[in-house]
Amino acid sequence: MDWDFIHRFTPMYVEAAGLTLSIGLMGIGLSLLVGFGCCMARYFRVPVLRQIAKAYIELARNTPLLVQLFFLYFGLPKVGIRLSAEACAITGLTFLGGAYMAEAMRSGIEAVEKSQHESGACLGLTRWQVLQYIVFPQAFATAVPAICANVIFLIKETSVFSAVALADLMYVAKDLIGMYYKTDEALLMLVAAYLVILLPVSLLFTLLERRMHHAGSGSVRPAEGT
Amino acid sequence: MAETLLEIRNLHKSFEGVSVLKDVSLSIAQGEVVVIIGPSGCGKSTLLRCINGLEAVDSGEILLRGERISGQKKALHLVRQRIGMVFQSYDLFPHMDVMANLLLGPIKALGKSRREVAEEAERFLVRVGLQDKAHAMPGQLSGGQKQRVALVRAMLMHPEMLLLDEITAALDPEMVREVLNVVLDLARDGVTMAIVTHEMRFAEAVADRVVFLEGGDIVEQAPPEKFFHQPETERAQQFLDTFDYKKS
Repeated sequence: MDWDFIHRFTPMYVEAAGLTLSIGLMGIGLSLLVGFGCCMARYFRVPVLRQIAKAYIELARNTPLLVQLFFLYFGLPKVGIRLSAEACAITGLTFLGGAYMAEAMRSGIEAVEKSQHESGACLGLTRWQVLQYIVFPQAFATAVPAICANVIFLIKETSVFSAVALADLMYVAKDLIGMYYKTDEALLMLVAAYLVILLPVSLLFTLLERRMHHAGSGSVRPAEGT
Repeated sequence: MAETLLEIRNLHKSFEGVSVLKDVSLSIAQGEVVVIIGPSGCGKSTLLRCINGLEAVDSGEILLRGERISGQKKALHLVRQRIGMVFQSYDLFPHMDVMANLLLGPIKALGKSRREVAEEAERFLVRVGLQDKAHAMPGQLSGGQKQRVALVRAMLMHPEMLLLDEITAALDPEMVREVLNVVLDLARDGVTMAIVTHEMRFAEAVADRVVFLEGGDIVEQAPPEKFFHQPETERAQQFLDTFDYKKS
């Protein structure tokens, strides 16, 4: 193992990790918005929009991110739409993530009993108020594990961005291997970089889940008779 | 005779081709307590659910103080602010403590201030014997306590009438009484109620009028003293007989 090499190129990895993380976070943020939009279109049975949401979710979940990315990067310029590598990456990640987030949110909302909706409605709350005060807090508690899993999944999926020449972690590793033939060192740093990003995220989510559990929030009830 | 509060005219409702309510007409006066009884599947719950729009009616109409409330969707939440409902399964919001459960409707739906409702909520909790439970979570309450909270939650909206759908059906026998005592108390206060129940003794005590529903039809209606002791129809008599046990 060439530790000098590792030392010399660590800053490159740090920079690439920054890019991976910033594009990942941006994509995840937008995924949550898109997912929420789709979920609501289906919940409120908005005509046309809900069919579009359903079709989109199936399309996005049943095609690989790499293919989606190639479509954006190589396909769209053929019809005159040219996106930068960053824009492609964020769009692609959002396209994929939105569908997964929509499904995670839907599962959370569907886990809230129908009678909860009804008793909210019987208090004279509007449909939106019922969602806001009664359904979302309970749905969130149920959906948190799935949403967290999606976040980690999406950060890992950023590794395909190297295919559209974005200088993310994967790209840097492949570059170094190509230039210096230091395969072991480059890959070791790659694994380490992903772990440095993802382990804290994972830990944070575990704490969040435990907290939601303990708070007796949502459909998780505290023990009887305490 | 007091003013008519609720009027149901020729109500029809079917689910997937099965007719559940067939031409039901019923009117309830201000301050009147109507108990609806009948065998399971006779449409009792559906009738209550149609009144506050949880189920859409197929035909016929429902009027609240002469104002048509059925057959519309937009302003349903405004109708429901005037008609409270309590269910068999309590349906407290599990992520909120008792006080938050009580205040949600008055504050968010009616736009009242927290201070004025909180005071009233506390008075109500005292009245139903739950003054020390204001900050308990629903998961920490017994079934009877939950149902009393659900009743207070409905009453804090100051509804013009209250619909009670088998509110003791999920309770252990010793908890039934504590809940029904609250209902009797409300009845004494002149709260207009439509009650679906299988507790015949309670029905007899609380009702101004008993409505016997079978197969989606009102078969008989009478004051409780008459209905429970000299029903006019054979079907009502047969139904009442199912509550008597004899070793023969």
